[in-house]
Amino acid sequence: MSTAATATLAVTKVDAPTIEYGKLSPILIVAGVAVVGVLIEAFLPRPARYRAQLTVALVGMIAAFGAIVWLARDLPDDHRGSITAMGAIAVDGPSLFLQGTLLLIGIASVLLIGERRLEPAGGDAFAPQAAAAPGSQQEKDAAAAGWTQTEVYPLAMFSLVGMLLFPAANDLLMMFVALEILSLPLYLLCGLARRNRLLSQEAALKYFLLGAFSSAFFLFGVAMLYGYSGSVSLDKIGVASAGAMDNDALLLIGLAMVAVGLLFKVGAVPFHSWTPDVYQGAPTPITGFMAAATKVAAFGAMMRFFYVALPGMRWDWRPVMIGVAIATMVAGAVIAITQTDVKRLLAYSSIAHAGFILTGMIAMNDAGVSSTMFYLVAYGFVTLGAFAVVTLVRDARGEATHLSHWAGLGRRSPLVAGVFALFLLAFAGIPLTSGFAGKFAVFQAAARGGAGSLVVVGVLCSAIAAFFYVRVIVLMFFSEPKADGPTVVVPSVMTTAAIALGVAVTVVLGILPQPVLDLADKAALFVH
Amino acid sequence: MIETSSLASGALLANEGGGGLHSTAASGAFSALWLVVGLPLLGAVLLLVGGKRTNPFGHILATALALGSFVVGVLMFVTMLDKSGPGRSVDQHLWTWAPVNEFQADIGLHLDQLSMVFVLLITGVGSLIHIYSIGYMAHDENRRRFFAYLNLFVAAMLLLVLANNYLLLYVGWEGVGLASYLLIGFWQHKPSAATAAKKAFIMNRVGDFGLAVAIFLMFTTFGTFSFEDVLGGSATASDGTMTAIGLMLLLAACGKSAQFPLQAWLGDAMEGPTPVSALIHAATMVTAGVYLITRSAEIFDASPDAQLAVTIVGAITVLFGAIVGCAKDDIKKALAASTMSQIGYMILAAGLGPIGYAFAIMHLVTHGFFKAGLFLGAGSVMHGMNDEVDMRRYGGLRKYMPITFVTFGLGYLAIIGFPLLSGFFSKDKIIEAAFAKGGTSGWILGAVTLLAAGLTAYYMTRVMLMTFFGKERWKEAPAGAPADWHEPHPHESPVSMTGPMILLAFGSVFAGGLFALNDSFVKWLTPVTGFSHGDLPMSEWAVTGMAIAMVALGTAVAYLQYARREVPSVAPAASPVTVAARRDLYQDAINEGLVMRPGQYLTRLLVWFDNKGVDGFVGGLAAFVGGTSARVRRVQTGFVRTYALSMFGGTLLVVACTLMARMA
Repeated sequence: MSTAATATLAVTKVDAPTIEYGKLSPILIVAGVAVVGVLIEAFLPRPARYRAQLTVALVGMIAAFGAIVWLARDLPDDHRGSITAMGAIAVDGPSLFLQGTLLLIGIASVLLIGERRLEPAGGDAFAPQAAAAPGSQQEKDAAAAGWTQTEVYPLAMFSLVGMLLFPAANDLLMMFVALEILSLPLYLLCGLARRNRLLSQEAALKYFLLGAFSSAFFLFGVAMLYGYSGSVSLDKIGVASAGAMDNDALLLIGLAMVAVGLLFKVGAVPFHSWTPDVYQGAPTPITGFMAAATKVAAFGAMMRFFYVALPGMRWDWRPVMIGVAIATMVAGAVIAITQTDVKRLLAYSSIAHAGFILTGMIAMNDAGVSSTMFYLVAYGFVTLGAFAVVTLVRDARGEATHLSHWAGLGRRSPLVAGVFALFLLAFAGIPLTSGFAGKFAVFQAAARGGAGSLVVVGVLCSAIAAFFYVRVIVLMFFSEPKADGPTVVVPSVMTTAAIALGVAVTVVLGILPQPVLDLADKAALFVH
Repeated sequence: MIETSSLASGALLANEGGGGLHSTAASGAFSALWLVVGLPLLGAVLLLVGGKRTNPFGHILATALALGSFVVGVLMFVTMLDKSGPGRSVDQHLWTWAPVNEFQADIGLHLDQLSMVFVLLITGVGSLIHIYSIGYMAHDENRRRFFAYLNLFVAAMLLLVLANNYLLLYVGWEGVGLASYLLIGFWQHKPSAATAAKKAFIMNRVGDFGLAVAIFLMFTTFGTFSFEDVLGGSATASDGTMTAIGLMLLLAACGKSAQFPLQAWLGDAMEGPTPVSALIHAATMVTAGVYLITRSAEIFDASPDAQLAVTIVGAITVLFGAIVGCAKDDIKKALAASTMSQIGYMILAAGLGPIGYAFAIMHLVTHGFFKAGLFLGAGSVMHGMNDEVDMRRYGGLRKYMPITFVTFGLGYLAIIGFPLLSGFFSKDKIIEAAFAKGGTSGWILGAVTLLAAGLTAYYMTRVMLMTFFGKERWKEAPAGAPADWHEPHPHESPVSMTGPMILLAFGSVFAGGLFALNDSFVKWLTPVTGFSHGDLPMSEWAVTGMAIAMVALGTAVAYLQYARREVPSVAPAASPVTVAARRDLYQDAINEGLVMRPGQYLTRLLVWFDNKGVDGFVGGLAAFVGGTSARVRRVQTGFVRTYALSMFGGTLLVVACTLMARMA
């Protein structure tokens, strides 16, 4: 009996997965904050929620950032990190660097989301009652009652959890889970705009449908790669693909389809078509958050996928990715020229920038990783700042996003127009802004990595792009203001802080890029 | 020709002393070096960004920060006195801007004996002029902006002299150009001021182009911008390269220091407020060319041709400025012409190589004192005379403005080289050095400097007599005076203006003697610039005697013309030479004929070509891109099914291409 019992016990004994909670603390803190946010919605009275949500979210993200700093100090001297959670999550330089960036962007985004001074009738950028049909009596009542919803904070936090996990995911299933965690709340958030609700809901639905479509490709790709290598772990796929010579259609199709899923998230051509519609329709603070943070997370995941799982396959995927990068840069820059809406203009600009960032990723060397990460920091803050400025320029119908309304803005509000001009110059990559340092770094890395053709196209596209950025500056400063033009609303300290952060990062990284470049250099090694 | 022995000893000394810049990293008190530049820069930023909010205290803040910079400068000086030998040369690396392989754009400062002299001059005189401006600009509604620009200038000028590489020097170089432009055009509501600012800016561009080309050449030759490597390697590069770099640096110096043939902007620059004329267009910025040449000593030592060009430019300008100065009736323009001429002395001395560098800098410093003092005196006179600048409308002012009279008088004695005053020691040394160059060129340069000393005495005595002595011509209404003309009431200026004038007068009197004592100034600079005595073809006393004789002669002629005879209150008809001098030797007509009109024709031609050829191409290209854009954006239908289809197509394409990449 006793032996049988022992045997049974031995069989049923399962090794509990060892999780090093300390190393996952940044992600866990933000996840905890999201859950607390849901509890606040459930248990706190309505008037107290706004303050509580804002405080919890900001404190949580600052704490998570502190945890990142603590983990980064603990990295061994060779800057190689470790793999934890049974091989599912990598805690290494790129993870920590990008997670830190994401948290800073998250803090600035929450400041924008929390802004409540801009709507003349009170409230924030979000629908008073999302469930009410647009134009219905119910909606009017909710608006008249001055309702505001605070679910946006836990939703944004859940999305941030996914983003933090995405670049750190060391196996494809974890990557897929992270992708869904970050995407689902975003779909919702896109549909919550207070003004132009039909446009906003259309954007959300489009984003959801196309996102689901791309997730399917991603998952299908994962299945193919599992079929080829017998594992979903990036390391094992890396080992298996290193010696691949023949009979590897599964591998090639799998890698292409996973790449499609990732390229969709960064908005690369030809998977970009959702970008302008969604950027235009979503509430502007969410657009800023999405444009800045999603790119950081998705490029992090993409780099890990290509650098860890497929370094031996570079001769197979590089030509295709070079083609995608060229198409992205050219299409983004060219189509942006004829845009007449500021948010759509910024959307095409973000497509072009995805191309520039791909240029750094394709370099396939350490400089490529560090320059891509540097570009993401620079680009993230400029984008967030630019969208923050967009929220300030308003007329009776809400944000005045049509470009013709921006004519002569420099005469009326030189400061706001000047700040926007700074962001545009940074987008264009003019020296002494972070945009120049970033472009320079990725082009340099690409040239060293043997992708000279990309650099040539990149520089040409920068020239085309400079045209439409400068055109907006000309419009703002050298055109007569319209008689019934928009006014610039004075925001609360929160939006001001977010814009100031954007300006500070843009200027400091332009004049003094070295410390951050050095930091990115140190953080450029993926753990295997 | 330079005699072999002197050349050899000069080269030897230069190598022992100045060869390359070997310096230690800044530590201890030296680590505060960045504050010297940082404080005034902070002031400029605070005042410009702070805007109207800083109006009530802006001028005080700016002055305090300039003084703070001076205090740090003095601290550096005291620390430097404690050290010896190579310990006096320190480098402070702040950060690297954009490292790309060999392209190292370092932001770093270098402090040695040479830059120390400039730091003290710029912050010292700069602080005094800040104080003076508090009174002078008291009633200007844009006073805060004025002080912001002034601080910006001080910061840029300090960056120029403290940079440890040519690229950063260029930043400071452009910075002072910008500040100068902003300050000349400070009263931009006057069309003359706006035009003068533009003229100064454009003429400076020509010089800046020279500096840019010189820096390009340095980078292609040495692969670096740092003084240490460029100057250290200058012996290894080919003669042709060094001559090219030297000539381009000379072009830069000509622009910034208003040397022939880029001198025409300086007279017009007097449209700026007088403190600006004193600080920027007399004491500091215009001497940047002298600094550049002295700092690049090794480059010029390696290229005798470039050195010769420097001395020629200096000699022409010495006479040019002096001749123009003799005929000007506008007190500030007379002083501006004098500045041009005095800087000509410095450039000439710097072109002499190790015999002259130290004296060029010494004259630069003493000139900084007395010329700033003279300008402040002129400003004080204008202040009391309803901003009248025509000296023919002055006369007998010594009774009304005793302090201005005494301080201006001391500056006057200093500049003409009255024995034992500052100008005497520094100018006399330059004349000696010119003779000591040896050979025919030495004699010519010596004669030119002697002649200019006489002319200096003449035109400065003329200024002095017309302003402070003689009949009080301002009491009568000028011909064609407006109906509301009223007699000016000359009065002494407030303490904030006379104080700096008194301090500068002290400098004008004693600085030269102090420097000459024991050759202390030369010894101080020798480790950086090197020094050699040269070979004087006659005794030092003979040169001094001749110089004093020329000064006495010039003074006497001026006395006969302007003290013994009545000064007409309207300029009388005069000989063609005088007319030419009054019109700046036709410099503007020449510039117009030689450069502006051909330039206009060239631009017209280019515009035509641009319209027909380039625009056709570019416009076509733009239309093509725009058209493509308009066509492609139609793909963006707004239908999600189209988007999904394009994604599906894209996926097929990506998969197919990935598979094909393997086949290929």
